[in-house]
Amino acid sequence: MCLAIPGKVLEIERNAQGLRMGRTNFGGIVKQVCLDYTPEVRVGDYVLVHVGFALSTVDEEEAERTYRLLAEMKQLGEIETPDAELTALATQGSAP
Amino acid sequence: MNARVSISPEPPTNGEPAAPLFAACPLPISDHKEIVLAHGSGGKLTHRLIEKLILPQFHNELLDPLHDGAVFSLNGADVAFSTDSFVVNPIFFPGGDIGKLAVHGTVNDLAMCGAKPLYLSAAFILEEGLAMEDFWRVVQSMRQAAEEAGVLLVTGDTKVVDHGKGDQIFINTSGVGVVRAGVRIHPARAAVGDQIIVSGPIAMHGIAIMSVREGLEFETEITSDTAPLSGLVEVMLNAAPDLHVLRDPTRGGVTSALSEIAEQAGVGIWLDESRIPISEEVKGACEMLGLDPLYVANEGKLLALVAPADAARVLAAMRVHPLGEGAAVIGEVVAEHPRMVTMRTHVGGTRVVDMLSGEQLPRIC
Amino acid sequence: MKYIDEYRSADLAAKLAAEIRRVVTRPWVLMEVCGGQTHTIVKYGIDYLLPREVELVHGPGCPVCVTSLEMIDKAHAIARRPDVIFCSFGDMLRVPGSDSDLLILKSRGADIRVVYSPIDCLKIARANPGKKVVFFAIGFETTAPANAMSVWQAREQGITNFSVLVSHVLVPPAMEAILQSPNNRVQGLIGPGHVCTVMGCEEYEPIAARYHVPIVVTGFEPLDLLHGVLMTVQQLEAGRAEVENQYPRVVKREGNVAAKDLMQRVFEVCDRKWRGVGNIPQSGYRLRPEFHAHDAERIFQVELIATQESSICISGLVLRGAKKPHDCPAFGKECTPEHPLGATMVSAEGACAAYYAYGRHLQARPATREPELARP
Repeated sequence: MCLAIPGKVLEIERNAQGLRMGRTNFGGIVKQVCLDYTPEVRVGDYVLVHVGFALSTVDEEEAERTYRLLAEMKQLGEIETPDAELTALATQGSAP
Repeated sequence: MNARVSISPEPPTNGEPAAPLFAACPLPISDHKEIVLAHGSGGKLTHRLIEKLILPQFHNELLDPLHDGAVFSLNGADVAFSTDSFVVNPIFFPGGDIGKLAVHGTVNDLAMCGAKPLYLSAAFILEEGLAMEDFWRVVQSMRQAAEEAGVLLVTGDTKVVDHGKGDQIFINTSGVGVVRAGVRIHPARAAVGDQIIVSGPIAMHGIAIMSVREGLEFETEITSDTAPLSGLVEVMLNAAPDLHVLRDPTRGGVTSALSEIAEQAGVGIWLDESRIPISEEVKGACEMLGLDPLYVANEGKLLALVAPADAARVLAAMRVHPLGEGAAVIGEVVAEHPRMVTMRTHVGGTRVVDMLSGEQLPRIC
Repeated sequence: MKYIDEYRSADLAAKLAAEIRRVVTRPWVLMEVCGGQTHTIVKYGIDYLLPREVELVHGPGCPVCVTSLEMIDKAHAIARRPDVIFCSFGDMLRVPGSDSDLLILKSRGADIRVVYSPIDCLKIARANPGKKVVFFAIGFETTAPANAMSVWQAREQGITNFSVLVSHVLVPPAMEAILQSPNNRVQGLIGPGHVCTVMGCEEYEPIAARYHVPIVVTGFEPLDLLHGVLMTVQQLEAGRAEVENQYPRVVKREGNVAAKDLMQRVFEVCDRKWRGVGNIPQSGYRLRPEFHAHDAERIFQVELIATQESSICISGLVLRGAKKPHDCPAFGKECTPEHPLGATMVSAEGACAAYYAYGRHLQARPATREPELARP
């Protein structure tokens, strides 16, 4: 549950009812999003949106850090693939 | 939620011979006492309705394949015949209107039989109160679409129903076309190894409609991809007359079309998610609404099952045609898991792609 | 799409899966709490990428599934009324009550509308002053800020014909109920990333400590989930039981203070009955007395209909992670999305429905041979 996706804020204005609204771009489609819960948001920021409300800004630095962590994760030399495991078991079994 | 209804003829009480009821057969066992919207979404319920209620009453070798149209021999020519009805709301949407859709729909069904579409009929059911201006726009649009597709509207009908009894306008079009010699397109021809080609990016029509639907509106450049595919099919047949299967993935999306073929041909189908063309915008809309593009309607795309030896040639021919620029191979017919469609996902996992029972709804979860 | 596509990379997924394989030395049972996470796992076949030692069981994180039958019947009773415009998220439309669902009621003439956001209902209320507009306010804490704002704004703008039928549920009490149950097998938790975007991670720290269970607050993209699994397994292998944040690009330890603030002003915690599980104390929200004028339960005095759940449905066990959908003899046979027998099949996000949608009733594990497609 909790379908929420990131979008880029293009424009911010107050609507007729006084709510802070942002025209937000999701991969090319644009929807009005309520920004009242993210008062720090500026035009050009990315926000995480759930049912028409921004719940958080997307922290670019943190995103990059997480992504770099994943990308740089070293794969150690002796990768234990399932086949390798089976071979290992088989040779163990036949050892005297 | 189960309901079982049966009707049986009552025995005569006055010595007269029994008059048959409107249908002496009992109503087939159905989970639904009434028609629901899901019966019209092109998924499992639609298929069940057809297979359990309609097909058994009429079955014959022309109807049974349940292809987009029927092909039969008439005085030495192979004739294709098809029909389609249009009930879309709103009647004007980005990229088109119900009239354009109605012409393209039947033109495309005929093209999916490998036929050159020739003649169309159009039957209108108009709701009392429909603005004359709107009807005029629809008719003009149909004229243009018919001209573009090279078909003649040769017969038709017009009815009007009380206000409230019809959603502004319903249109049925039927059509005939001629299949050229050497072309035999039929789901049964799907063979292991066949390459599955889609003519371009998916899910545009369904998303274009969503974008103007009340409660879900969003700003977008996405327009319906509605288009007549007969020209594209012609260049494909020129490249390889022996195409095995053609299908246009309309309501129910790519999934419905491929599931039907897999089921009808008794073969397995394997797809590669990363090969399926989709525009950023359509993807964005699907992500936002929680929709799976594989189930969203297309109105100007086709799927082709092509022998491996012909695939490269057909693909090349498609790509120089304006409606096939984005054509891509997205999968293959396999011997494993007959009647099932599976897919290698973006991250290398696997999932089964199964038909929905009804309409796909936007979600928050 | 930025912040989405990069988290779907097949290469990185393979790397993560390999790293999990390298780290794991014994079997572990992990539970992902959110239905959206279950959805991603089944949709991308992520559990098939994991080594067999790591078993994923699915949690009760589907607010649609766990909405009590009584509440759904109340919703239907209200929706039937000719003076009502009933608004709902799409998810709830097909959830069956004791004898019907919203789509069927719509086909019989009820004015039922799908909305994307609860705030859209205010527009509908203003445009239809002669009708009573009711919004079905379900969801976990993630959706509470939006629902709270709609009620708050209704009061601010004097929209008297708008009310909400509240059926909010909270994650931490549900998590505790699972960890406390005598047959609990769950050893590590993949925490709810979007719930924590609102609430923060702090309230999970006492749970991790009390039950000695690692809780890794995780996102919803495939790489997020694999990364979350890795972090949880790493903790388990090292004997640690801490709350960690895999999703720092949107989750902060304190959550969204502005949202929590408004939620506190509009809602108060109450007991709630979870479909398939039973009553969990202090596990829901209801409107505070100041907002009773917008409380649909009070406005429409709906008589409780006696409800009855199917006796063969094991959704309670599925929601607690004790069983998987395919463990149920009715799965895919008597129980399908078209005629669901219980909570976990009634909504597209329930574990049983997700499994069904992705064909798990058709085969246990997919074929491994992958064709080489023609490359033009």
